[in-house]
Amino acid sequence: MNFSITLKIWRQKSEFDTGRFVSYNLDHVSPDMSFLEMLDTLNVQLEEKGKETVAFDHDCREGICGACSLYINGEPHGPDRGTTTCQLHMRRFKEGDVIYIEPWRAKPFKVVKDLVVDRSSFDRIIQAGGYISVNTGNARDANAIPIGKTKSDLAFDAAACIGCGACVAACKNASAMLFVSAKVTQLSILPQGHPERYDRVSKMVSVMDQEGFGNCTNEGECEAACPKEIKKENISRLNREFIVSKVKSAFSS
Amino acid sequence: MELNSKIPDGPIEKKWDKHKFDVKLVNPANKRKFNIIVVGTGLAGGSAAASLAELGYNVKCFCIQDSPRRAHSIAAQGGINAAKNYQNDGDSVYRLFYDTVKGGDFRSREANVYRLAQLSVNIIDQCVAQGVPFARDYGGLLDNRSFGGAQVSRTFYARGQTGQQLLLGAYSALSRQISLGNVDMYPRHEMLDLVTVDGHARGIITRNLVNGSIEPHAGDAVVLCTGGYVNVFYLSTNGQGCNVTASWRAYKNGAAFANPCYTQIHPTCLPVSGDHQSKLTLMSESLRNDGRVWVPKNKEDKRRPNEIPENERDYYLERRYPAFGNLVPRDVASRAAKKMCDDGFGVGAAKTSVYLDFANAIERMGKQTVEAKYGNLFQMYDRITDENPYKFPMRIYPAPHYAMGGLWVDYNLMSTVPGLFVLGEANFSDHGANRLGASALMQGLADGYFVIPYTICDYLAESLGKDKIDTSHASFKDGEKAVNDKLKKLLSIKGKRTADEFHRKLGRIMWNRCGMSRHKDGLTEALESIPKLREEFYSDLIISGSGEELNQSLEKAGRVADFFELGELMVRDALNRNESCGGHFREEYQTENNEAMRDDENYSYAAAWEYKGENDAPALNKEPLEFEHVHLVQRSYK
Repeated sequence: MNFSITLKIWRQKSEFDTGRFVSYNLDHVSPDMSFLEMLDTLNVQLEEKGKETVAFDHDCREGICGACSLYINGEPHGPDRGTTTCQLHMRRFKEGDVIYIEPWRAKPFKVVKDLVVDRSSFDRIIQAGGYISVNTGNARDANAIPIGKTKSDLAFDAAACIGCGACVAACKNASAMLFVSAKVTQLSILPQGHPERYDRVSKMVSVMDQEGFGNCTNEGECEAACPKEIKKENISRLNREFIVSKVKSAFSS
Repeated sequence: MELNSKIPDGPIEKKWDKHKFDVKLVNPANKRKFNIIVVGTGLAGGSAAASLAELGYNVKCFCIQDSPRRAHSIAAQGGINAAKNYQNDGDSVYRLFYDTVKGGDFRSREANVYRLAQLSVNIIDQCVAQGVPFARDYGGLLDNRSFGGAQVSRTFYARGQTGQQLLLGAYSALSRQISLGNVDMYPRHEMLDLVTVDGHARGIITRNLVNGSIEPHAGDAVVLCTGGYVNVFYLSTNGQGCNVTASWRAYKNGAAFANPCYTQIHPTCLPVSGDHQSKLTLMSESLRNDGRVWVPKNKEDKRRPNEIPENERDYYLERRYPAFGNLVPRDVASRAAKKMCDDGFGVGAAKTSVYLDFANAIERMGKQTVEAKYGNLFQMYDRITDENPYKFPMRIYPAPHYAMGGLWVDYNLMSTVPGLFVLGEANFSDHGANRLGASALMQGLADGYFVIPYTICDYLAESLGKDKIDTSHASFKDGEKAVNDKLKKLLSIKGKRTADEFHRKLGRIMWNRCGMSRHKDGLTEALESIPKLREEFYSDLIISGSGEELNQSLEKAGRVADFFELGELMVRDALNRNESCGGHFREEYQTENNEAMRDDENYSYAAAWEYKGENDAPALNKEPLEFEHVHLVQRSYK
């Protein structure tokens, strides 16, 4: 059964505009539509009336590229756990619902336009050390170092992060520690990541701070909002790795 | 136009080694003098940009996404092939080569495929060294699964997110080079034209997608890694942003476009559910390892699937292809599903899908094991359809997924425009008329990590000591003007219909006339209806907003404009190829068992189309395909 909803969408011309909520009524919403397809429908209607469409980031629509964002009724990626906005379906809503849609709210994520934000700070954190320094061609046989299944599964769980930024948006401190800890965990668990282990965590945390992300105060909002269900235990590991790196550098200097 | 594939002589297993020795080198001090433009940051682009920067070249890298980590390679689920033979089940470089040429229905270039199979083993090593968390067994060694078109287990995987993990590996290597200052990264930039000087690729024109500024970029070579074009069908498994624009602008600047009609329709996707739909979701081919495909034997059977007894089910893949069963190649599986539905055996409300059933697998391995192997895919299915696949069989139908066709390249991956290289899905070379599962990741990474770093030298060495060209050259001004004019033209139409609506209509024509099966009559009709629709597009398009800001409607309109032209070329190519091979199935050319019937005598060539101008038909150039190692036979998976 199709139904009607009211949307309150954050509209902002550019980084320099102040922005405001604008109200739209949308009819004939099918429960089988994805949330983004519902926005597509709105955009077609706006465009046909010569009005400017609502800008939002999206690409794969399969929950893996991390492009889509959206704060939906006060929750990053909306009401479903472990689900990106693109995988959220309209059957979660009903006739007469009022849905608030906002961009990620965090100081380091500037609004580019409407619901689109700038997440390049995440890239800069990875550039600071979220990698293993191995040039192409230097690798030895893939089975040369066995890695126990438990460890490799743990590394995978952390590596599943899609870099969407929901963790930051959910956090009252705009902390990026779940994001950073996921990468630090993956690379510190795997033996290939060991040579740079402590240098890595120190550099990544330092850039994280420079970019203006806040600290973790154990609210756990990030874990609840994460569409890939990255665990906050990773943050504990990040803290441990970070402390060890500080101790090591204190002794080596 | 002359097509020189530059395949090295000598025995096939020595060609690549010999070639690596024969190509000219650029010494480390000289590498610093070269600027290379890499467009796209998927597996091919990310790995190429990183590897070239590691060698010392100055790299400028562009992507349309907000971050180089998001290219659509990330959505590849099932795995990556490599001839490691870790399973001791008889795999070898030669077998992977053989399977790939056969899987491609004998329409690929042997030498390229052999090299791909050779390099496959290095890729796995490289990725593990980067920290890619491939699946492992309890002994800590790498695990493998089977994929379509192969009888060995050679597919490495990271749960159902192999593409993501491999791409993040390439992205990490790229990030390292960015931090070292060897790569200048330009996210949210779209390449809108190729700039050539004296016939050589010398740069690109981009649009900054945030503020709309048109910018020229000069380089000594341009490497296109911009993916495939099956979004021409509107509904496909591709990301919303996937498009043909970069390749198309290169085509219009002299790069031949080969085999555009070779498109892959993936058998295991969620069926279309309504008009609002923006994309089709793929379920990994790995599901066919344990899932069984069936339809009811009785067309009128209205019972729920679980109520239909075994003997009233038709496991048609197992019946028709006993040797490969549910693991036949994609084109074969897709066509078989289409046939069942066309014949009235389809299931679901619209009778346009078939069952993919895990009941046996759950009984055999237990729900937990099935969940560990396929959990994320089952969850995805549940979320989209609101049906529990642990209880009821999934419903699937084929969907456009991958383009085997693409810009023509020689053995060095250089197009017909000197200095323009094309990697990954954007080129045409390795998959013939049908790509086997888990081979796209292999090809993208082979091209980027291990081919281009060697072959690009051969071209660059020649330009050492020659005058550098910068963006003050008239060709850049012309390019900028052309791009600006095109954008202005689109913005000034001010009609009534959105680009999306035109795209949907074009997609319908393409799917009906040039999709899973094609017929001369339908193709001929499409050659009329596409230009007609395109005319309407240029007279009735509406785009809101301006060109000087983030404008997703404008981006979309530009891409749809190119899809119109590509669609026409696809149809032309499909009409020219009077045979059936792989993903190109002409209804007129089939065996009595409805299998594809090739015509090796007349069509054993790659069709490379050459742009001849706005009002002229493109010219067909043929690269003959010679098979010295793989025997040309009718493919059989029985």
